[in-house]
Amino acid sequence: MWVYLFDGTFIGLLTAVFERYDRKQHPVRIAPQQRYAPGLMDEPVAVVSDDTKARRVWQGLGKRLNTDWMSRLYAAFLGEQPEGFQHLFDLACYIINHGGDVIANYGNPHVLYVAQLHRKVHREKHRMEAFVRFQQLADGIFFALVEPDFNVLPLISRHFKNRYADQRWTIYDRRRDYGIHYDGSGVSEVTIDFIQHTGKHRGVLPADLLAEQEVLYQTLWQGYFKNATIPSRKNTTLHIRHVPRRYWKHLTEKAFLPLAL
Amino acid sequence: MEITEKLNILADAAKYDVSCASSGGTRKNTKGGLGNSHISGICHSYTEDGRCVSLLKILLTNHCIYDCAFCVSRRSNDIKRAAFKVQEVVDLTINFYRRNYIEGLFLSSGIFKDADYTMERLLRIVKKLRTEERFNGYIHLKTIPGASEALIREAGLYADRMSINLEMPTEQGLRLLAPEKSHAPVKHSLQLVSQSIAQFKEERKLLRHVPRFVPAGQSTQMVVGATPETDMDIMHTAHHYYKTYNLKRVYYAGYIPISYDSRLPAMGTQPPLLRENRLYQTDWLMRFYGFEVHELLNPLHPHLDVEIDPKLSWALRHMEQFPVDINTADYRLILRVPGIGVGSAKKIVQARKFGSLRFDQLKQIGVAVNRARHFIRCADSPFSIGDPTANVIRAQILASTTSKYIEKSVLQLSLF
Repeated sequence: MWVYLFDGTFIGLLTAVFERYDRKQHPVRIAPQQRYAPGLMDEPVAVVSDDTKARRVWQGLGKRLNTDWMSRLYAAFLGEQPEGFQHLFDLACYIINHGGDVIANYGNPHVLYVAQLHRKVHREKHRMEAFVRFQQLADGIFFALVEPDFNVLPLISRHFKNRYADQRWTIYDRRRDYGIHYDGSGVSEVTIDFIQHTGKHRGVLPADLLAEQEVLYQTLWQGYFKNATIPSRKNTTLHIRHVPRRYWKHLTEKAFLPLAL
Repeated sequence: MEITEKLNILADAAKYDVSCASSGGTRKNTKGGLGNSHISGICHSYTEDGRCVSLLKILLTNHCIYDCAFCVSRRSNDIKRAAFKVQEVVDLTINFYRRNYIEGLFLSSGIFKDADYTMERLLRIVKKLRTEERFNGYIHLKTIPGASEALIREAGLYADRMSINLEMPTEQGLRLLAPEKSHAPVKHSLQLVSQSIAQFKEERKLLRHVPRFVPAGQSTQMVVGATPETDMDIMHTAHHYYKTYNLKRVYYAGYIPISYDSRLPAMGTQPPLLRENRLYQTDWLMRFYGFEVHELLNPLHPHLDVEIDPKLSWALRHMEQFPVDINTADYRLILRVPGIGVGSAKKIVQARKFGSLRFDQLKQIGVAVNRARHFIRCADSPFSIGDPTANVIRAQILASTTSKYIEKSVLQLSLF
């Protein structure tokens, strides 16, 4: 079987779709180069990412699908699932062969998989819009650490840019080791050398880096959170379903007091 | 008094208001301003009782001239009292918002002095947030019943949502527990806001610069289980208010015992959580599933079935309408099948254009097959002779589901 090895980027994936039609090869398996383990019957083909080819495929899909679905495809890609890449590849071919209407065919495994993966990524995006907790630093910047399940920073940057247009902020993805920073006019990608700047305690910033009133507002927020609970309705199962434990370490209301000391 | 203590007292007193919705607003950020609101709202956290924390929900004060038996802030209750200054509420809101803790402010208050005096202070806060701080986040403001028309109409220009609580589903219930109050001023104020909303909307169609008035609409809340009303009383009241005042939401708050008053359920009684849940399910069936309230609750069936959900309960009473053929039936009929929600129903209607659907596909789509299978036919349904009766189906479904609310006799052997 043909195995297309791409570089793991969205451009690479779209280029692979282009190559499949250019070379008229079928069926094709697709794998990110870094994670590829050669199989006995494989015939590997290296795909070189190419902007022009990728754009042609993207525009081709754009003619067949509405913008909703186009952004779903991209979101599903950010899900970073190995089988997801294959489904996206197959779905793109399915659309190119049969036209955009088939996207409504939830009986098709690729449509369903991509729709469901998009839902997971979308949920994570929504969670990040909710669970980001900024701490104000002494220099005025609002800083937040996150560790999302999927690579959702590209999806949330517009939301934060619109909402906090008059403050400088940084949201940093610790797992993928990059962040987005807004300087008052535009959003850009940044990487930070962490060990140098942060303390050891649960990703919380050391007190001397924080703005003067930061600890006060964290304390107020924790007090508020505690008092908003009605003890006789306590429902831990539901609480954890809504706020899974893996997010707790970056949530101010769930951190231990005193913070940052 | 320190700000920390004030916040703790006034958040504690506000928590019995269940509404936390931050949805329905479409306010965009203005140039140089702070914040916007999301059409679907965002829950930033969840309390340990599993309720959403979306807004900074506080009372301006818990001093109150009224003595309503069901309320913690009643004047005869011996509790610590506090009141915020205008600037304190503004600072809390802005600083919490900037840290992405909240979507906005939910501001309510006990009544000090009189309705106008209280409403005037609430108005000052929201006005300051919008005009001086250029805050574009969500604001939910309590209308104080009986406040003057001018104050309410001005407040509506700054708030996204306004609400007044009915407290008790019926006038008799309210008179029993809060003899100083009646539903009449509530209705009057709801009517005033609802008329103004309609009027501003009309004017906006003609002139773009007409400001928005309470763009996310009005809501109300009823306490359930403090007085002996039936589910039918409650839902018919809800239906009436939805229709008459064009409400966006009615909330149902299971009564939480907070008083030794003999008119009320005793302290330590469990709040009626399951009943509350069934009422919300009924509310959803009315608003999104095309059910009429009298189909679900009528003099023959004044109470909702606690063991099974109201849709299933309706279906079991109307077996003559089933089975529904998934591959041919109208969308509205598919919506009425237990175990199929709005999302699944829409997917089914789209997907069946590409070929007949089978059980495994329905399961993939997200249908709760263990309930739905008794009520549908699809491509690979087995041919069956004689339909099982409603009672048999009910027993089968109950046997295959678990609920934390319903104690089952333990039949399973323990290993140790």
